Amino acid sequence: MPPLVPAAISIRNVGKRYASGYQALKNVELEIERGEIFALLGPNGAGKTTLINVVCGIVTASEGTVLADGRDVVKEFRRVRAEIGLVPQEITTDLFETVWSTVSFSRGLFGKAPNSAYLDKLLRELSLTDKRNSKIMTLSGGMKRRVMIAKALAHEPKILFLDEPTAGVDVELRRQMWDLVRALRADGTTIILTTHYIDEAEEMADRVGVINKGELVLVEEKTTLMKKLGKRQLTLSLTRPLAELPEALAGEPLELSGNGTELVYTFDRRGHDGNVSGLLRRLGELGLEFKDLATRESSLEDIFVRLVSTP
Amino acid sequence: MNLRAVRAIYEFEMARTFRTLMQSILSPVLSTSLYFVVFGSAIGTHMHAIDGVSYGAFIVPGLTMLAILGQSISNASFGIYMPRFSGTIYEVLSAPISAFEIVAGYVGAAATKSVMLGVIILVTARLFVPFGVQHPAWMVAFLVLTSVTFSLFGFVIGVWADSFEKLQLIPLLVVTPLTFLGGSFYSIHMLPPVWQKITLFNPVVYLVSGFRWSFYGQSDVGVELSLAMTFVFLVLCLLAVRWIFKTGYRLKP
Ligand SMILES: Nc1ncnc2c1ncn2[C@@H]1O[C@H](COP(=O)(O)OP(=O)(O)O)[C@@H](O)[C@H]1O
Ligand SMILES: [Mg+2]
Repeated sequence: MPPLVPAAISIRNVGKRYASGYQALKNVELEIERGEIFALLGPNGAGKTTLINVVCGIVTASEGTVLADGRDVVKEFRRVRAEIGLVPQEITTDLFETVWSTVSFSRGLFGKAPNSAYLDKLLRELSLTDKRNSKIMTLSGGMKRRVMIAKALAHEPKILFLDEPTAGVDVELRRQMWDLVRALRADGTTIILTTHYIDEAEEMADRVGVINKGELVLVEEKTTLMKKLGKRQLTLSLTRPLAELPEALAGEPLELSGNGTELVYTFDRRGHDGNVSGLLRRLGELGLEFKDLATRESSLEDIFVRLVSTP
Repeated sequence: MNLRAVRAIYEFEMARTFRTLMQSILSPVLSTSLYFVVFGSAIGTHMHAIDGVSYGAFIVPGLTMLAILGQSISNASFGIYMPRFSGTIYEVLSAPISAFEIVAGYVGAAATKSVMLGVIILVTARLFVPFGVQHPAWMVAFLVLTSVTFSLFGFVIGVWADSFEKLQLIPLLVVTPLTFLGGSFYSIHMLPPVWQKITLFNPVVYLVSGFRWSFYGQSDVGVELSLAMTFVFLVLCLLAVRWIFKTGYRLKP
């Protein structure tokens, strides 16, 4: 039985082959739940933008269907698109227009009646109020990006796509962007963002999808993903460098690095904790001394590198 | 119908015209006025009247047509080429708006400009040469029909072109010669017999002839034929536009 409330976005077996013959997406299956922040993570050229563009009607899928709120995005484009907003990867706006006119244009284009109170509020939230009547060409890069967001939100969409919202953006603006996304989510907006910054997904997302070479490699709750794949590493800085691992330690998940000055012990977060003290004891027995030690948890970045580098 | 979207595009395009008033209205008016000064007043006084119409008055409909054709094509092609070129087309493609509505917005605005331009040119011409309009309703009909048809044609070119050169290519290489050879400056009865036949393959002949008929009641070809040929071209353009949106040609990868 289908769920009573359809998913915000339901991508079914979507493939895309461009006219050049390049297969940019292969059998993508993905459900995005209402009200969540979903991060689509992948290296450059993985197909993130293509997937977003298929959902938003900018690229025609070669196979498969996409439903938004249970409706086919091609057949019922009028109903569907009125609920979706898109901030594209590139900043593309009409430079000669003013902020106000471009935002009003977007609202009209999506079929909404004029509402200056709402647009005023939107500009205020994006710190654009005093640029209301400025031509877009006179704005800074960060402001232009916020204008793009204002345009995407001008018709009060329920689902928002952000294609690499923080690529090439300074730290300050990045923070602002994250705050904005959280505020939107708090209002019930479903958010799908693409990024190749792992910390962004780690910071923001409820769930993460990893895409590589057009294939969705993995979709997971962020916390589950961290638990499942998260490793811990213990790094010991040795007082005297080693040429090679002592025979007695063979078979342990140990590696020598830093030209023999560091001993790295990798272990699962779960279960093997007891071994650390065991290891330290055995090192003492072998007469190996260390002057410092550090532990770290692998970040999403490490997980990601591991995922996409395995052939 | 998403009328608000049509209106948004239409108003955006009209605003662009008024922002570039010099280029879109003044320059064609100026160049057409120069034609009237040179051919109408200066040389025209030494020319024979054609079919009882003074030469200055004879060229008014043709010159107006010439300006309308050129401006319809360049306005409409530029209107859709620019968003493709700059990338802002993403917003139109992702909006809840049908192909028909997109075309209505862009082509409607381009055609409006052309009609405005035609009226301005006719008023300007009246300052240089005296003329009357025998069939005003037909005059308006031809004006609007031609503006819409060639704005559609311009839209097709704007979608087809993938560089600024190509955007200029068709107007320069095809449309300008056809309009100059389309009987704007002469009656085709003045041509040698062979050329009288060949020139009938030029669609502009029908437009100019029909338009001139609405002024002076005389034409090179039958007015019904003129009207029919304009409609044929309109339908061809509509089919091209339909094909563009059906296949996504150069709009949607
Ligand atoms: N219009 C197009 N024609 C042909 N290939 C394209 C087109 N757009 C994108 N591609 C190719 O598809 C692949 C995926 O691109 P894209 O979806 O933009 O990746 P991402 O957003 O993950 O960086 C890339 O190899 C890119 O070169
Ligand atoms: Mg991309």
